[in-house]
Amino acid sequence: MSRKVPREQYEKTLSFKLKTWLEGSRDPYVGNLEMRPQSLRQEDEAVRRRLQEDKKQARDRAYDTEHNREMVLFKKLYRIFSLLFCVFLVSMLLIGVADLPPFGEADKPVNNEVSQRYIEKGLQETGAVNIVTGMILDYRAFDTLGESHVLFIATCTVLILLRADQEKGKNGAEEWEANDRAYEPKNDVILQTAARLLVPFIIIFGIYIILCGHLGPGGGFSGGAVIGAGLILYVSAFGFARTERFFTAKTYKWMSFGALACYCLSKTYSFYTGANHMESVIPLGTPGAILSSGLILLLNICVGVVVAGTMYTFYVMFRKGGY
Amino acid sequence: MTVFTCILFLFLIVCAVAASLSKSLLNTVLIFMSYSLVMSIIWVILEAPDLAVTEAAVGAGVTTVLFVLTLKKIHAIMGANAAEKEAENELEYRRRRNS
Repeated sequence: MSRKVPREQYEKTLSFKLKTWLEGSRDPYVGNLEMRPQSLRQEDEAVRRRLQEDKKQARDRAYDTEHNREMVLFKKLYRIFSLLFCVFLVSMLLIGVADLPPFGEADKPVNNEVSQRYIEKGLQETGAVNIVTGMILDYRAFDTLGESHVLFIATCTVLILLRADQEKGKNGAEEWEANDRAYEPKNDVILQTAARLLVPFIIIFGIYIILCGHLGPGGGFSGGAVIGAGLILYVSAFGFARTERFFTAKTYKWMSFGALACYCLSKTYSFYTGANHMESVIPLGTPGAILSSGLILLLNICVGVVVAGTMYTFYVMFRKGGY
Repeated sequence: MTVFTCILFLFLIVCAVAASLSKSLLNTVLIFMSYSLVMSIIWVILEAPDLAVTEAAVGAGVTTVLFVLTLKKIHAIMGANAAEKEAENELEYRRRRNS
């Protein structure tokens, strides 16, 4: 059991001093330190003038490019080297192009048995009328999966780099947008009317390109880019309040995740069946019908969703740095 | 090669040179956009409509928008208010220097 110490004795101990210091209940400098009001700093006029003169001289010397020997030499060398570099680059490119076979020649090295096979058996094996789509989404679907992931990673990087500061709270993004919109009309009638007329057609055209990717020119990437451009037009005409009702960062994340996962799963299935020499249960259908060519339609839709979301997200991040 | 294709190729070269020589960054971006549009027509002539659609949507559409937004962020495009403010700052600076 500890002995109870009287108050005066306790106040002399180190622990009491530590306690007061920690709590800040006593200012250690009060009574020990002389306080004086701060006097205004008097600047010597001569010194100030001399400093200004020095600065001016230094600046004049730095920008006096005609008498600065190093600058003159640098300028001359810069011109010579840029000219040499241009000549080098142009000649290299011309030499490279000169080695290419003439356009449209039959027996050039690209026309080997691989393209022969694509052309002859492509329709039969993939069920896609458009050979290009059959190639990129069936024979080389693994490459396309990598491309979709590259796009997704690029968006993640943009999200990391351009995100507005969250520490300022919700006001940060709002302030950003207010700054951004300071120099432009809030509700532009011409833009809004044009957008109201054009946006539905642009988006329907994009959907058409995606859905008919295996029948005609087009596909997931181009269709997604068209839809993204339509969304960007809509947003720049009507503002973010309208789009945020149906498209937020969360929507984008789940959309991309769902599309990429769907792509991965369907390709896993076809890789598995292909590697084990099994028959795929998915029918190829009649060529030319919209529900044909196996998984290609699904893959096109997945790629289109990822690309459309990515284009729109790029715009939003560049514009205001956050949904 | 038809006359039409020749004209398009000529326009392409002119655009490429003009984009690098233009002083204003906004003009460069616009010239780049017209370059992309002509390029997409050339893709159609070269029988690659897939590429033409992609080039028109990405090259002429989305890339241009992103470039313009970036120019705005770095204050390379000046609206009327910004120019006014700049002039005011200039006046203020001169006043201070003279006094």
